[in-house]
Amino acid sequence: MTRRTVEIPVGRGAEMGMDARPAMGPLTPVDVAEPDIGSEQMLINIGPQHPATHGVLRLICELDGETVVSVTPHIGYLHSSFEKLGEYRTYNQIVPLTDRMDYLAPLIYNCAYAMAVEKLMGIEVTERCKVVRVICLELDRIFSHLLWLGTTAIDVGAFTPFLYAFQERERIYQLHEELTGARITTSATRVGGMMSDLPAGWAQGVRDFIDTFPRTLNEIDSLLTTNAIHQGRTIDIGAIGPEDAIDCGLTGPNLRASGVDYDVRKDRPYYDYETYDFEVPVGENGDCYDRYLVRMEEMRQSVAILHQALDRLPDGPINVEDPRVSLPSKTDCMNDMESMIHHFKLIMDGINAPAEDCYFAVEGSKGELGMYLVGDGGPKPVRWRIRPPSFVNLSAIARLAEGHLVADLIMINASLDIVLGEIDR
Amino acid sequence: MNELSPTASLIAAAVKVLAVFTALMVAIMYATWAERRISAFIQDRLGPNRVGPFGLLQPIADGLKNIIKEETNPATASRFFFVMGPMLSIMPALVTFAVIPFAAPLPTPWGTVDMIVADLPVGVLYILAIGSLGVYGIFLGGWSSNNKYALLGGLRASAQMVSYEVGLGLSLIPVMMLAGNVTLTRMVADQQLGLWYVLPLSLGFLLFLISAFAETNRLPFDMPEAESELVTGYHTEYSSMKFSMFFIAEYAHVITASALMATLFLGGWDIPFWTGDNFIPYEGGLISGFTAAGEPIAAQLSIWTTLLTLGAFMLKTTFFVVLYIWVRWTLPRFRYDQVMHLGWKVMLPTALAYVMLVGGTILVLDQLGVSAGPGFGLALTAVSLVATGMFALYLDRGRIITGAAPAGRAARAAPAAHP
Repeated sequence: MTRRTVEIPVGRGAEMGMDARPAMGPLTPVDVAEPDIGSEQMLINIGPQHPATHGVLRLICELDGETVVSVTPHIGYLHSSFEKLGEYRTYNQIVPLTDRMDYLAPLIYNCAYAMAVEKLMGIEVTERCKVVRVICLELDRIFSHLLWLGTTAIDVGAFTPFLYAFQERERIYQLHEELTGARITTSATRVGGMMSDLPAGWAQGVRDFIDTFPRTLNEIDSLLTTNAIHQGRTIDIGAIGPEDAIDCGLTGPNLRASGVDYDVRKDRPYYDYETYDFEVPVGENGDCYDRYLVRMEEMRQSVAILHQALDRLPDGPINVEDPRVSLPSKTDCMNDMESMIHHFKLIMDGINAPAEDCYFAVEGSKGELGMYLVGDGGPKPVRWRIRPPSFVNLSAIARLAEGHLVADLIMINASLDIVLGEIDR
Repeated sequence: MNELSPTASLIAAAVKVLAVFTALMVAIMYATWAERRISAFIQDRLGPNRVGPFGLLQPIADGLKNIIKEETNPATASRFFFVMGPMLSIMPALVTFAVIPFAAPLPTPWGTVDMIVADLPVGVLYILAIGSLGVYGIFLGGWSSNNKYALLGGLRASAQMVSYEVGLGLSLIPVMMLAGNVTLTRMVADQQLGLWYVLPLSLGFLLFLISAFAETNRLPFDMPEAESELVTGYHTEYSSMKFSMFFIAEYAHVITASALMATLFLGGWDIPFWTGDNFIPYEGGLISGFTAAGEPIAAQLSIWTTLLTLGAFMLKTTFFVVLYIWVRWTLPRFRYDQVMHLGWKVMLPTALAYVMLVGGTILVLDQLGVSAGPGFGLALTAVSLVATGMFALYLDRGRIITGAAPAGRAARAAPAAHP
């Protein structure tokens, strides 16, 4: 056996007897055995243009027959420099950047960002705003999970659940449109509240949706959950244990499927989540099937939360009465000089946040979505950094997929539920 | 039964070839239309409904579009085989139809015309032989494209089709044993007298159905073109009419397999519970059955019987085509190794065991002196139903197809709730 010096490809550390964590550090030359003659490997490039990469993800796979020897995700095809752009925008101007990061759950990102700024400024939003944001968060959790459900079904070859899921998504799109005027790029929140109060009949629209949505969900459930082929395609595929899942930094449904009971809504509650009656589904084996079951159950729990939120939706102002962030009324602007100057300063200068930093995390549809903001006392953050759940979850794909078949790699990629807008930022 | 003169039979053969080919092409066109309309119905959509009434002219528009599209030839493709691929894949599906009887014999002033293009004495063997050729087109297409996805698709196709060829052939052996010959017209006649083979050979029918799905590369066995993994598999590099020919070939295979299942297991063009359409060759003539005393009853040929039986045949074929479509839009796709597992470790042993079982049952019944008739068929039906039930039990979900998964895990309930 000859020995030679090679560079370790990313993610193959464990196989070479190194630390079990994926080798993400600088490449170090080590001695490895040359592969046996006859095990000729094929390098195949999946993406960035491929039906099953859920965006512009590129996976470089080394195949032995159809078995994945190694997989290296290449990202950056959708890089938009959101975080850097944020440093040149006032706090409210950043809101439109947030929904473009996760166009599958824009309201969650809008809310998470606004909540982070409010934490930085020490603003407590109104009761009505809290409940409205809970509705937004849970509605978009369903919105995002439905897309995951549909595209995952397509990846196992079942086209029909995809269309069922998208018909329900269309109804959420319409709710988005009624609420904000936009279907995807919602930009619904402002620091200290929402863009506007709920339009008339919107709450009833959400109620109509959650009344009928579980029926569709059950239909999809009956097509997939106990289907022998679907079980055969997902059970024991891409399994990851609780310790490994934590080591990889997985969060959200991907982590809970591995049996780790961690949900920001339960563990660090915000917006009175502790007063809502809901359960956090937790899996056992951390495979694709458990991730599927966990997300299916989360949609049902979100429906339960939405029912409770709609029941308790209080009247009252949606925006806080805080001169630092809230615009004076139009009548006041027209009638007294101080209000007009106040309005002018808020619009032209922006909101001044204190020179502090803060981290605030919500339970996004894909995992723990954290927003880190550093203010300098002025109207723009000096640093805006996101803890991106998809980005961290994607980093586990190499160790999840190794040793599985190409078809499983597609399934694992789908089950991680990534969104490239947020990975590349 | 009056024979045709040599000239007349030549003309009849030419007319039949033309008519069957045309009918088959039209059927393929409307199979694509039916697929799109039915899938739309299943998925709560509308489907093509703009071109002509109910979108009925959509296949013509599609054909036109495919003809005028740009033809691409990858520079690195092996040109000769690249062009050969689609041709080779469409041919076997079409020529298989030649041995399928599609209606009762037609009386004409010049003699009786058999409603089958070529009444080969070795019909079933011909079908198996020609059916195996279908893989060449797909494999050559995938290999010659010089594309990794296409190559993987072609590899999968060849492995899968060769594997299920075995199951297909073995599931036909009970049919041959029961019919006592390999001529399709005789098999239809046999089913007209007794039970349709779907009853006495229910497990054989099931195995044939599964193998036929795999042979035609339709979901849940569409490994060769699994679009989520292999883009579109073997025809990734094809465009225009060359792609269209693969497409036509797929539907031709579906229709041929459906017609075959109708012929082999559902009595072909037989209309059930009616003896007026029975035309059984018996001592040089055609009879419709026997009287209670055992005297043969001469059959009355008429053009109406021919048309009615043709309708029955088309109805049965359509049933299977719709079944194909229904399954495709309901089920997810297997994984490649699961398909092979199912083919070699489940289908093959089951088919072998079933051949033994049917052979043994026929032998025992013969030894007991049970004559061919209702009693014979019912005894076989009972035996087959038991076998089918056992097969269904063996195909316990999550146990066979998952392979490595621990038993019982699949039946697990929803994940535990948050404490």
